[in-house]
Amino acid sequence: MDSTVALMLAQDGLVVGAIYILLALGLVLVFSITRVIFIPLGELVAFAGLSMVALQGGTMPQPIWLLLCLGALCAAVELVAFFKPPRDGRHLRNALAYAAYPCALWAVFAQLEQRQLPDALQVLLVLALVVPLGSMLYRLAFQPVAEASVLVLLIIAVGAHFVLLGVGLLLFSAEGFRAQPLWDARFNWGEQPVSGQSLLILAVTLSAIALLYGFFRRTLTGKALRAAAVCRRGAQLVGIGTERAGHWAFTLAAAIAGVCGILIAPLTTIYFDSGFLLGLKGFVGAIFGGLASYPGAAAGALLVGMLEAYASFEASAYKESIVFGMILPILLWRSLAAGKPHGDEA
Amino acid sequence: MKNTLSYLALATMWILWAGQAHADITIGISLSQTGPSASLGIPQKNSLAYWPKEIAGQKLKLVVLDDASDPTSATKNVRRLITEDKVDIVLGSSSVAASIAMSEVASEGQTVQLAFSPIELPKGKGEWTYRIAQPVGLMAAAIVKRMQADKVKTLGFIGFADAYGETWLKELTPRVEAAGIKIVDIERFARSDTSVTGQVIKLIAAKPDAVFVAGAGTAAALPQTTLRERGFRKPVYQTHGAATKDLIRVGGKDVNGTILPAGPVLVAEQLEAGNPVRAAGLAYVSRYEQQYGADSRTQFGAHANDAALILQRIIPSALKKAQPGSAEFRRALKDALESEKDIVISHGVLNYSAADHFGFDQRGLALVRIDNGKWTLLK
Repeated sequence: MDSTVALMLAQDGLVVGAIYILLALGLVLVFSITRVIFIPLGELVAFAGLSMVALQGGTMPQPIWLLLCLGALCAAVELVAFFKPPRDGRHLRNALAYAAYPCALWAVFAQLEQRQLPDALQVLLVLALVVPLGSMLYRLAFQPVAEASVLVLLIIAVGAHFVLLGVGLLLFSAEGFRAQPLWDARFNWGEQPVSGQSLLILAVTLSAIALLYGFFRRTLTGKALRAAAVCRRGAQLVGIGTERAGHWAFTLAAAIAGVCGILIAPLTTIYFDSGFLLGLKGFVGAIFGGLASYPGAAAGALLVGMLEAYASFEASAYKESIVFGMILPILLWRSLAAGKPHGDEA
Repeated sequence: MKNTLSYLALATMWILWAGQAHADITIGISLSQTGPSASLGIPQKNSLAYWPKEIAGQKLKLVVLDDASDPTSATKNVRRLITEDKVDIVLGSSSVAASIAMSEVASEGQTVQLAFSPIELPKGKGEWTYRIAQPVGLMAAAIVKRMQADKVKTLGFIGFADAYGETWLKELTPRVEAAGIKIVDIERFARSDTSVTGQVIKLIAAKPDAVFVAGAGTAAALPQTTLRERGFRKPVYQTHGAATKDLIRVGGKDVNGTILPAGPVLVAEQLEAGNPVRAAGLAYVSRYEQQYGADSRTQFGAHANDAALILQRIIPSALKKAQPGSAEFRRALKDALESEKDIVISHGVLNYSAADHFGFDQRGLALVRIDNGKWTLLK
């Protein structure tokens, strides 16, 4: 392997790693605030990527039907809550919002069908479609059992993953699709060919990290979320609603998934079930940070991306084994570093 | 009133029971309608709609199950089909692993399995298993002959890191060596990979005269688009697993000029007028594309159609020996499969024997090239 090849692989690893970084951050975010290992994150990535394909083709993005169904379910759940004493007007308002938003978005998509939209508008529409799915999933699957053990939450997350996988097959069919690149430019940096799309991925990842950092450090909501992550009971005592924190966490994670989906759809063929493996690799990265540290997770995810690039060059038959095999030494190192065994609620 | 109701219930049950008893020939089908192989299983399920309602005066009862591309579910399905539904024959599954899993139970239950996937079984196994998909060896021989004609001396191989890629490598290696072609690099990739840059850089560095991609479905496009992106201009060969319109849709102009072996049904219109496969292929393709749109045909869907064509040949002769629902009838079906000559299906002409459970010959093969998004049959 000479330096040109090494650099090419590094570039490849960096781009793929950037996607894993975003996913790892999303997983850490959700886990630290709600203790849910958000396995369906990967499905949201695939949904976003395939919605992008649909919009580019001028058709109705299929997940709108999922949004309509989940919206109706959430509205029903909120209505039931409203009719239970003590009657709380908030539930009624929530129910209205859950029912109205998907319908409004559907109307927008119906208007735009068969039209070629500017890229920026397509990106916004995909996010408008995918981001609310996060909050709705939380409302339906996790909020009613927010105080359950990590294991129960994990089992629910796995269940949600299978449900979304089935829905994905129903919505998108079994075939794979590939989107047009958002930035179809090619540069030569020395001997290195660099594509516009990969620069875009790096730029978006860096700005997403900066935005998340700013959000958690500078805004009141961000600080409240951090408080909820550090100590749920303490946060509740000072008036930070853990339910709202949960909604925020899932919304942010869904936004991250949406961005990831839009970014990778032009890179590779996306299938209805492509997201799971991406999410799993993000998870390996997140484990590196103990599912708690953002810089640790980012470093781990970048390592996964790099390892994957070099492994695919050196020993492509064992690539996945190498990447997933990495989880063992990490767990060993983490449990040695932690010193004492963790309890269920650790 | 109460009495009427119970009579009514009894009558209904009797009709249902009687219906069951007279549902003459029961056919158990396990397909991968969901999961990673769903793109194979769904067109197969669709094609079942074109089956005849009866064969040789006997009603057909189809029990269709989904195995989710999972060998464990396939095993459970076929066990249920044999013990509970008492089927006379089992069909499926769509993918390699699930079909292999089924073959074990089929031979245990002494029931013929028509596999929709070209599975290789160890010697002594699969006595009751017959394939209606072309063996990889037949396809490999044809593509190697073409490579020789194209004056390829060195070959780069990139294949799926699963049973499909491995089978191809195993079948291809001795044949290219015999043809004097050297494999200079072997790489693997997975269907879900986001990037194959590493593999492609290494392939290009080995400077082969051509690259062979052993992948299935749309995923097979990724190595080829990456090769073209990185400036590889030499020929690329693909396998019949990639022979779908979706490869062209995803690969665009990067897959132009690709040569691959396929089932003749893919280019049914271009077959010679005297070829018996042409009529069988056109009959299927025209019905399927009328319902699902132009160019919607797949080789995989055709397997489900072919199963009906085979049954139309073997059921009449098996009926002469035994009645459906019995072990003798299942044995008679197996004997008929091996004794019937020249069974014409949309994928070729079959001649099964006790030793050969593939039954295909050169008539089951078409070498095609992608020319500006269309399949062209190479004569």
